[in-house]
Amino acid sequence: MDFTLSKEHEMARSLFKEFAEKEVKPLAQEVDETEAFPRETVEKMAKLGFLGIPVPKEYGGQGCDPLTYAMCVEELSKVCGTTGVIVSAHTSLCCDPIMTYGTEEQKQKYLIPLAKGEKLGAFGLTEPGAGTDAQGQQTKAVLDGDEWVLNGSKCFITNGKEADVYVIFAITGTVEKRGRLTKEISAFIVEKGTPGFTFGTKEKKMGIRGSSTYELIFTDCRIPKENLLGQQGKGFGIAMHTLDGGRIGIASQALGLAEGALETTIAYVKERKQFGRAIGAFQNTQFQLADMATKVQAAQLLVYKAAMAKATQKVYSVEAAMAKLYAAEVAMEVTTKAVQLHGGYGYIREYDVERMMRDAKITEIYEGTSEVQRMVISGSLLK
Amino acid sequence: MKIVVCIKQVPDTKGGVKFNPDGTLDRGAMLTIMNPDDKAGLEAALRLKDQYGAEVTVVTMGLPKAEEVLREAMAMGADKGILVTDRVLGGADTWATSTTVAGAIRNLEYDLIITGRQAIDGDTAQVGPQISEHLDIPVISYAQDIKVEGDSVIVERQYEDRYHVVKAKMPCLITALSELNEPRYMTPGGIFDAYKKELTVWGRADLKDVDDANLGLKGSPTKIAKASDKVRKGAGEKVTLDPDESVSYIVDKLKVKHVI
Amino acid sequence: MNLEEYKGVYVFAQQVDNEISSIAFELLGKAKDLAKDLSTDVTAVLIGSDVKGLADQLAEYGADKVIVVDDPELKDYRTEPYAHALSSVINKYKPEIMLVGATAIGRDLGPRVSARVATGLTADCTVLEIGDFPLQAVPGQEQLHNQLLMTRPAFGGNTIATIACPYNRPQMATVRAGVMQKIEPIKGAKAVVEEFNPGFTPDNKYVEILDIVKSVAETVDIMDAKILVSGGRGVGSPENFKILEDLAEVLGGTVSCSRAVVDSGWKPKDLQVGQTGKTVRPNVYFAIGISGAIQHVAGMEESDIIVAINKDADAPIFDVADYGVVGDLNKIVPKLTEALKAEIAAAK
Repeated sequence: MDFTLSKEHEMARSLFKEFAEKEVKPLAQEVDETEAFPRETVEKMAKLGFLGIPVPKEYGGQGCDPLTYAMCVEELSKVCGTTGVIVSAHTSLCCDPIMTYGTEEQKQKYLIPLAKGEKLGAFGLTEPGAGTDAQGQQTKAVLDGDEWVLNGSKCFITNGKEADVYVIFAITGTVEKRGRLTKEISAFIVEKGTPGFTFGTKEKKMGIRGSSTYELIFTDCRIPKENLLGQQGKGFGIAMHTLDGGRIGIASQALGLAEGALETTIAYVKERKQFGRAIGAFQNTQFQLADMATKVQAAQLLVYKAAMAKATQKVYSVEAAMAKLYAAEVAMEVTTKAVQLHGGYGYIREYDVERMMRDAKITEIYEGTSEVQRMVISGSLLK
Repeated sequence: MKIVVCIKQVPDTKGGVKFNPDGTLDRGAMLTIMNPDDKAGLEAALRLKDQYGAEVTVVTMGLPKAEEVLREAMAMGADKGILVTDRVLGGADTWATSTTVAGAIRNLEYDLIITGRQAIDGDTAQVGPQISEHLDIPVISYAQDIKVEGDSVIVERQYEDRYHVVKAKMPCLITALSELNEPRYMTPGGIFDAYKKELTVWGRADLKDVDDANLGLKGSPTKIAKASDKVRKGAGEKVTLDPDESVSYIVDKLKVKHVI
Repeated sequence: MNLEEYKGVYVFAQQVDNEISSIAFELLGKAKDLAKDLSTDVTAVLIGSDVKGLADQLAEYGADKVIVVDDPELKDYRTEPYAHALSSVINKYKPEIMLVGATAIGRDLGPRVSARVATGLTADCTVLEIGDFPLQAVPGQEQLHNQLLMTRPAFGGNTIATIACPYNRPQMATVRAGVMQKIEPIKGAKAVVEEFNPGFTPDNKYVEILDIVKSVAETVDIMDAKILVSGGRGVGSPENFKILEDLAEVLGGTVSCSRAVVDSGWKPKDLQVGQTGKTVRPNVYFAIGISGAIQHVAGMEESDIIVAINKDADAPIFDVADYGVVGDLNKIVPKLTEALKAEIAAAK
């Protein structure tokens, strides 16, 4: 088992790192303070192919492996959690399901512009009554002639109002499963601007404040029959499988946040003097950093392993769940400790660590809470 | 149109030097990068490629590790990479270096050669003009803008207080300033493609029309008599004087240090 | 190459628009010292069109002899006719030392010429002296005397190296402006003037100058400035920054500031030096009324020379300053500006 990265991956990392330092980092504070969506950054990333890293070249992507994509989200998140999640949601939750389940026509029409970054993607599963209980869906889609008619709403949608292409889940009927009637859920591709598709509240969040988080409202929204994604009734499976990939993206975001916090803290404790010495000379500080670094290293290995599993295995739910569970909890712990080690300065918005801590919290919640991840992992252990 | 770009892998001396605990320079901690002036030259070549469909070949002379900058250049869009590496070429000053690079370039077809003005480790700005001398072609240094017009280049050549707009017939050599442009980033796909390409590796034997007497440490007319690294800055002098004496003190120091 | 044949210290007398550049006078000053150590004389090489009349100025600043290469092809600097002129002079007159200014001209002309005459060139020298090579005698190796020892920074300024060119002639060096000192001009001094024209036939290496565009002064990014006059909270008010601006103007520098100043709204953020501002490495950094908190120091500690003025003797800025002055900036800075104005005027 070789833990060294290939030269290509090392070079890719240095590319992402350089871009993050030069283009993303200078804006991170402002994006957070003003809750402004970093549209210019997204356009720069689009030009460099960052919005289609794992998409095959024939569909406008870069044709790289999931590990390269994970490293991109990781490096971006080291300096800005918002920018990391924009790429993650777009790639894992919109490009990926269309790549996996889309017809050739759908790939030509949607995947190519998404991979080139000409269009931004989003994923609408969550509803006010359906978070962890995804089956609690109420949004309906009814076939009327050549069109599906959507009614309902989705909430907490990342890339909300900024996206152009949305993968939306809705109930298309009922099915009998083991003697019980359950909801038949299907997946659809919906374009922004479709009559009947409007936006509701913009959420004011604790962290990733530059991320556009919106309610999506469908009122007799008519979409072409061809926009059914995958087979009718297979929507729930599509959602779950898509989230497995999304979890790798979020795990990478959490990993990046933890690494960014750790790096900036190490630099700080070398310079900050109290009692005539750098605080990095005190054993309490040293032992804290040792623990933080070890956990971050472990998180990185789980994230990379999950990414490699996605490249080589058909099913990688457990690897993804473990990576997301662990990386998110490490991110929360490390960013919180980072603020503490900065003392009073850690609480001041001019320093990056408090933002990293606020950004980290959501990684324990979205794309499957840590509780859900535990369900997935224990479910596979005890089957 | 065929363009040859000369690039160099250098330690990142501008990125912030690190010091060992004893105050001496920590060379091992320095990352290596593509020399900034060279990167600007490469970007200029890639823009000419975008505009006119030129073929861009990058050449570097160095240790085997220098392959990394060739791959980086190819990931940015260069078509071919050539690594010139050989034990006997080591320890070269600018004369021997330019002789070596010219010897390599003689094997290639080119309309334009672009080099960076200077490298951030040697800081001499000599190799570019010296290569042009060895190849007997015109040189335009300190380019702040490059255009192509038919079989000529039109270059804005920078001086301290002005610039000349200069026209030269190709083949010629241009040295680029890092202010020339904002180099593009690599693309993730470009990186993997670059590593799939075949790299040309040349040694002493592949150099054309060069004399061993002009290569490597032995072939370098300038010799290092002594060299020492900078030590980390610590506290200097501190004086408490009346205002007039303070002023004299400062003026004096500025004169000694040739600031005025 | 018979090294014994090469005698004399030569200086390329750079001229632009038929005005001799200050660097030429500085090099003549150093050339005099070197020539004295070598018991030889100083020759200026003046290349241009209609430049003969400038020879006397070169004599006043130390040239014993002036070789004038005057030709219409040499009106404005172009690499090839100038390279042909200077290498022809070198090949004919065989100087043992050839000094060139490390200017936008010299850093192009120097290497082209050194390659043409097949000799070594050492760039951006900060010290030039006559000595032995090797510096300490090495058994089994001949120690050569009367060699030009050229000291220069390398590795981005993090290394100092001393270079020799023992087996090739001339020993060539370029020197940046402001490093060497010119002598007090000797009014009425005359040099032996010799005219030399090797003939100029345009070939493939001659370029065409289509236009000459002179620069207009622009605002400087503090990261590009060679001299920064930086103010902190101690300056007291935005109006009082005027005394720093006056100092900066007289030095040809730029004003920058600390975070406290930006937070108070006195100066814009793009002038802020420090961890959350910009990192700068000018030749000279004046820290005026700046306490020197680590967040600020991190942004300027790589400056070549740090001069600090602060009324608090315990201010941490004195831990990194090369020259620290404990005192009232309001009394010192205006006087410093006046004193510098006088010094600079006197030097002209």
